[in-house]
Formats: sequence, C-alpha cells, structure tokens
Amino acid sequence: MKVRVQNHWPPGHIRTPAYMRGKIGEIEREIGLFNNPEQNAYRLPPQQRRLVRVRFTMAEIWGDAAETPDDVIEAEIYAHWLEPA
Amino acid sequence: MPHDHHDHDHGALSPSGHPYRKDDDIVLSYWQMMEISVRELLIEKGHITAAQVHNQINRMDARSPANGAKVVARAWSDPEFKSALLTDAGQASRDMGFDIGPMHLIAVENTILVHNIVVCTLCSCYPRNLLGLPPDWYKSRAYRSRTVIEPRKVLSEFGVEIAQDVQVRVHDSTADMRYIVLPAQPKETMGLSEHELALWVTRDSMIGVGLPQEPK
Repeated sequence: MKVRVQNHWPPGHIRTPAYMRGKIGEIEREIGLFNNPEQNAYRLPPQQRRLVRVRFTMAEIWGDAAETPDDVIEAEIYAHWLEPA
Repeated sequence: MPHDHHDHDHGALSPSGHPYRKDDDIVLSYWQMMEISVRELLIEKGHITAAQVHNQINRMDARSPANGAKVVARAWSDPEFKSALLTDAGQASRDMGFDIGPMHLIAVENTILVHNIVVCTLCSCYPRNLLGLPPDWYKSRAYRSRTVIEPRKVLSEFGVEIAQDVQVRVHDSTADMRYIVLPAQPKETMGLSEHELALWVTRDSMIGVGLPQEPK
C-alpha cells in the first residue's frame, strides 16, 4: 500500500525525519501499537499509535541527486503521519 | 629517565612516543552537573546505592558484539532458528538466552540481491542490549547524514563495494525498533561448527558496514 508522509513541521519531539516529509513510500510491514513519542517525551499520557515500516526509493527521497535511484531507505513512521497516496 | 625533564606541556611525548593527554580538569557542562546532582540525591535519599549504579554500568559494558555473533552463527547453521529470527529477532534472541530487556529487534538478511545497512539519523539508536555500546563513528553526524544520502560511498570508505545489481537497503532506526543485519554466510565457512562460525561474524557485519571475516 502506498502512503505519503505528511508535510507537517510541528515543534517538539518528532520521530519522523525531515527528509521523508511529503515523500511517498510503500508500507513494508506493520509493527504494532506503540506509545506516541510526541506525548511520551513530555510525560503526557501517551496515546497508542500504529507504527509501520515504510520503504522509499532513493529516487523518491533525493530526486535526480539520488546516488542509485533503485536503492531504498526504510524507516518506522507512526500512522498519524501517513495519508493514502 | 623519562620524567627527568620538567616541560611536559610543550609538546613532549610519552616514553611510548604518544603525546600526553591533557588532564580533564575542565568545568562540568550543565548536563554533567545535572547527572551528578540527581545521582547523588537519589543515593542520599536511599532510592538507589552507588553499587547499583556501578553494577548497571558494568552490565552495559559487559555486552559485546560476541552476543550478536552467536545469534548470527546459530541462524547460519539452523534454518528453523533463522526463520524465527527473521520473524521476531527479539524473541529469537531471548530464546537463545540473551537478556535483551524490552528491546524490539528486527533482523534484516543480506542476500545475493540485497545489502542492508543500519543507521539512526535522528540520534544514535543501536541494538546495545545485544551488541554492546555503539562505535563512536556510528554516532557521528557524518555517518548519520551521509548513510541515507550516499550509502554506497560510505560503504566503499569502509572497504565494502556493492555491485550495481545488488540493492542497498538503508534502515533508519527512527522509532521503537532496533536492527541487526544477518550477513550472508561466506562460502568458505560451510560445514563449520556454530562456535567456529561465530568467530567470522564482526560487529561491522551486523551493522552492515562490513562483511564476515576469517578470524586471525
């Protein structure tokens, strides 16, 4: 399934790397429910969020500057950062 | 006599030919001061003891890549274990008897088609509970930023050349999972015992910046 990482820039403890925001990837696997670090980091009662691994091509992340377009980067992204693409 | 002269501060070398390291009598940083204050308060108020703190540090220091090497060697020699490892590396490591705490571990397998490499761009996440403390370069800004931009160039600087028909897969440890690379088993090691196999498994091969190596 294809997903887009939201292009949001909120302040705080964010575990979504800047270089992935706005990029489209493919869900590689579902990992399960984890405490939302954006609340956890501030000792706020954390909500449980789905965590998924998303696979991006280098071409999608870096465009023409990609070292090898078909190589990939995979990362864990909390589901509230993802939207269907 | 090495210590007959009195000008150690002027670039003199130690008897072994190394420059003298400066004493670390510098002002503590804010966070160093904070750590010492909180630790001493906890001890004074009886919540923990100095021995407990020291024992915990010793436990962390005692973990080493040899633990991960045993896991890889088992996966190389036992297909059933390998499949369990690729399904849930944390549970498979616990089942082998490693105390890895609550760590969530994913094993990623190198094949003739894929080479995996692990990085943490946001901080320095590393499977410490299985491999011990990370090497200094793993925490450097250069490794953390360049590995997602030009992994093949980074790998070549580690002496690893990846053929163009092999896909490089970079794993950015962004959240709750930790990663260990399951290197491809070298042909020369076929038939070796699990103990002998473990000697081939280097720390770097489990991060993905190296390959298994014949023990010296």
